[in-house]
Amino acid sequence: MSASYSTRADFSTIAGWIAANARVLDLGCGDGSLLAYLRESRGAFGYGIEIDDAGVLASIGNGVNVIQSDLESGLAGFDNRSFDSVILSQTLQAMRHTEEIVLEMLRVGREAIVTFPNFGHWSHRMQVLRGRMPVSKNLPYQWYDTPNIHLCTVADFDAFCAARGFDVLERVVLHDARRVSMLPNLLGSLAIYRFRHGAAAA
Amino acid sequence: MGNSAAPVLTRPPTSVGVVTPQRATFDAPLALRSGTSLPAFELVYETYGKLNAARSNAILICHALNASHHVAGIHADRNESEGWWDNMVGPGKPVDTDRFFVVGVNNLGSCFGSTGPASINPATAKPWGADFPIVTVEDWVDAQARLADRLEIGRFAAVMGGSLGGMQALAWAIRYPQRIGRALVIAAAPNLSAQNIAFNEVARAAIMADPDFHAGRYHDYGAKPLRGLRVARMVGHITYISDEQMGERFGRQLRDGLNYSFAPEFEIESYLRYQGEKFAEYFDANTYLGITKALDYFDPASATGGDLAQALSPARCRFLVIAFTTDWRFSPARSREIVKALVDNRRDVCYAEIVAPHGHDAFLLDTPQYHAIVRAYLARAAEEDAT
Repeated sequence: MSASYSTRADFSTIAGWIAANARVLDLGCGDGSLLAYLRESRGAFGYGIEIDDAGVLASIGNGVNVIQSDLESGLAGFDNRSFDSVILSQTLQAMRHTEEIVLEMLRVGREAIVTFPNFGHWSHRMQVLRGRMPVSKNLPYQWYDTPNIHLCTVADFDAFCAARGFDVLERVVLHDARRVSMLPNLLGSLAIYRFRHGAAAA
Repeated sequence: MGNSAAPVLTRPPTSVGVVTPQRATFDAPLALRSGTSLPAFELVYETYGKLNAARSNAILICHALNASHHVAGIHADRNESEGWWDNMVGPGKPVDTDRFFVVGVNNLGSCFGSTGPASINPATAKPWGADFPIVTVEDWVDAQARLADRLEIGRFAAVMGGSLGGMQALAWAIRYPQRIGRALVIAAAPNLSAQNIAFNEVARAAIMADPDFHAGRYHDYGAKPLRGLRVARMVGHITYISDEQMGERFGRQLRDGLNYSFAPEFEIESYLRYQGEKFAEYFDANTYLGITKALDYFDPASATGGDLAQALSPARCRFLVIAFTTDWRFSPARSREIVKALVDNRRDVCYAEIVAPHGHDAFLLDTPQYHAIVRAYLARAAEEDAT
């Protein structure tokens, strides 16, 4: 079945990190676009978790396995190591229990894939220097209506992973869907990480 | 919603119109879980829509405690005879009879036409009464499978039900994995809690305490344990409504001030009495006892040492599980147990938790998100089955 699901810049990078026929869990799956994309491009099987009624309804329309649940209360419905990859695509920055959800991801999955808007992008820095909260394509909200409460930079997330002994397997930073290899924390607007527990913790 | 399949035109929702119940007679004995068997039995059923040439578009609707085969439409000879799930089933409705061939069947042991305690026992030429065997959810499903054979439906596109009906859908998935494409399990639970069983036992105790019950042989005495049945229904009804809904509808409103008597004074009292009266007029006491037992006994995980995932491991179909936020009879947590067991088996499952104030009864109502979910799921099913 051909599909015209919305595709985001991070989808193809994520698909490249998913083994064929992998079992995936997509946290905050929205309308199920990513899972539908992974099903068609990688033969992946899995589930999405979504709390929003409209997202659940759209996911069902897209034929995606969606489970209506609040990520903030954890992943109690899933056993340890029951997925190859657990994905949190552009949702981390809007979560209250940030560290908890990352640890839950690494409990139920062998690997975690996290994407987030890079607060360190130069345009954001410029806006802060001018004394205003940044508004951009990846951060399209005003300070008073943003769902984002835990914004971070690429350098912040590197430090977060290092402090917890996570083994960062891959890190891709994009801007306008193109890969940024030079000064990623300044020139990249979207960060995508693949990581797992380090050898010491596993 | 991003799909290349040709759009299916749906008309504005309407009723299936006047429908006529049909009757199927089965002469081969039906072995029951209790160890006994029914030598022969009849099932009353209704169908809506058209079975396609491939016989692949059938949906079976399973009913809960007090409902019947009369799911949708109206009966020509009765007023106010709208089917119990008419808001869900019909042309252009979530279960769209322009696409699907829908079968509603009255379960064994019920009192709406299928063989039950009020039917004549051929061995004695008198009503079965207390001699009618206790039938379980699994027995119902086996009987429904016989009806499917009769209708030459090898495989249902979906089996669907709310509450006890959802339990039948679960039992179908386990017992007939090759004969069911999808199970829609709505406002159900994988088994009854101690509290659920306790409420059932209060209802049964009320019936059995009625002097007109005569140990279930009230037919022989020309009597009916109406008082017991009314109390049973009153107790049951309390569990169908949320505290907040009951408070909103009735609160502490009085009908006519306080009279310092034991006559019904609060609105909720007269409402419950009315519900009890209405119910006792049409329902059979032995049926009530039997169906509450079927509820109490349902526990697929009892066969696997309490492991629900293992119990569900034979299932092959896709699942849609729906729960309602204020349902305290079968709470969302109970539905999530089912979802967890299905995820453990890597089955295709969707779970929707509908925000609704009504309590357990919400599964019979038409909360927009609830109906939209069923509609989207079955529209997708029709597309999947067509390719």
